[in-house]
Amino acid sequence: MSAEIRGKFRVDRGNFSLDVDLALPARGISALFGPSGSGKTTCLRAMAGLERAPGGFFAIGDTVWQDDARGVWLPTHRRALGMVFQEASLFPHLSVRGNMAFGQRRTVPGADPHRLAEIAELLGIAALLERMPPALSGGERQRVAIARALLAAPDILLLDEPLAALDARRKQEILPYLERLHGELSIPVIYVSHSPDEVARLVDHLVLLDGGRCVASGSLHDVLGRIDLPAVFADDAGVVVETTVAEHEADDLTRLEFSGGHIWVSRRSEAIGTPLRCRIHARDVSLALVPQTQASILNCVAATVVNLAATATPGHVLVKLDVAGNPLLARITRRSAERLGIRPGLALHAQIKSVALLA
Amino acid sequence: MDSSDLAAVWLTLKLATVVTLLLLLVGTPVAWWLAHTRSRLKGVVGALVALPLVLPPTVIGFYLLVAMGPDGPVGRLTEALGIGLLPFTFPGLVIASVFYSLPFVVQPIQNAFATVGERPLEVAATLRAGPWDAFWSVAVPLARPGFVSGAILGFAHTIGEFGVVLMIGGNIPDKTRVVSVQIYDHVEALAYGQAHWLAGGMLLFSFVVLLALYTFNAGWRNPA
Repeated sequence: MSAEIRGKFRVDRGNFSLDVDLALPARGISALFGPSGSGKTTCLRAMAGLERAPGGFFAIGDTVWQDDARGVWLPTHRRALGMVFQEASLFPHLSVRGNMAFGQRRTVPGADPHRLAEIAELLGIAALLERMPPALSGGERQRVAIARALLAAPDILLLDEPLAALDARRKQEILPYLERLHGELSIPVIYVSHSPDEVARLVDHLVLLDGGRCVASGSLHDVLGRIDLPAVFADDAGVVVETTVAEHEADDLTRLEFSGGHIWVSRRSEAIGTPLRCRIHARDVSLALVPQTQASILNCVAATVVNLAATATPGHVLVKLDVAGNPLLARITRRSAERLGIRPGLALHAQIKSVALLA
Repeated sequence: MDSSDLAAVWLTLKLATVVTLLLLLVGTPVAWWLAHTRSRLKGVVGALVALPLVLPPTVIGFYLLVAMGPDGPVGRLTEALGIGLLPFTFPGLVIASVFYSLPFVVQPIQNAFATVGERPLEVAATLRAGPWDAFWSVAVPLARPGFVSGAILGFAHTIGEFGVVLMIGGNIPDKTRVVSVQIYDHVEALAYGQAHWLAGGMLLFSFVVLLALYTFNAGWRNPA
């Protein structure tokens, strides 16, 4: 149990209060997800020691940064962390190289200059090293900020909505780099976000915050597959399925394979065997008692009903299905549910109208 | 210009230099505190620092004279320490000028620190820079325009002071007779020619200083 991140924070600021007790895996990307005002940024700042949460506790494995019960409190500059803020917070008086070296110099005396070049390469900013921050685009600045944080040899990387201030194109420019980090980093990453797309694409572990409380915490698949949560992604309810590219077919379709069956999508450029994350929205899944051969929908998998729940959409219910161990959500009308006699344990066929590919 | 004029110019420059250096030393922590504190005392301290902006110099000079005089608290202290009394000496003039020019140095630096804000300091902390390190490596370089403005304004304002000098320093050649007092003497003696030289010099100096200040600030805001 020691290789785990534990954070227990209580902050009371009159109109806002935070009260969470988190246990996060010490590997991979964990998201703190919630609407604005849910306390996710405060939580992250408390982890960094930028926010004082009296009586709190924070530890990464055996390394305790805050344990007020035992009088332990490390100021931010003594914590081995890397942090990227919402807006690019590069030092305007230092070049890109100067910014990147700022933390590195203070962490590793006589730091290896190759490491800086290596990280610059990883984030695609090697050509920008001598530029000053005002001469960079928003996306470039944020990549420099990530590189700067990584060079400070952190034990944990804290990202506070690093993409929120960027437009859609710049986001697309950075996401691949974040995915690459996911693959190459051995340290845990805490990612604060209010974007379902970013979360579905990047995250392994999901913590839902609402009104300063932790509503759910678990693996991405488990949390997304829960239907008892109050409108987790609002209209965006849906699950993420891990698939593998299985076959490129002659009629410009690619067959993706997962333990519950196959999904056909428009032809992909990825090589056969490449893992691919798909997001399947509940609103794109319809149910049928017998397999439909006389319909245009191509993707149809055998599923078992787990349970039903009401949704925020009037007249609709959310049905949780099990597809050979994979959770799947379907949003159908209450009328259809009654007509088909949908009940827990019923075996049926789920038709998937469309799939969002997250890569 | 005769030798007494040159002595007055030299004394004025010496006074302004010493006062500016002292003000940067004293004013920076005050400015830092004012820019970052959430204490309720902020308003009181801010008002005290700003007082010289609105008070007649004679009022400041009067109270300082009383305080540093033989019966004042500062006077008793300096006498007990064996320094003697400060009024009508160069050190007395320096202390009075520090008070008089304080807002001209503190306010630009305070504004600059406030503009820099907390965020760069937080970023520095996440990059392992302790408070002292972050102050020198981030806050001071980013607040540089404020330091330049403060130093220039403090220097120029000290050069131009008259009322406080007269109250606290009197008119002692080589010790407390600065340019503004020298001009006053020349006019009293109807030596308008000499007064013109010094007054014109002051006018030119002040203009050049302010021109340099505004050019510098404009250049800082719009880097090429």
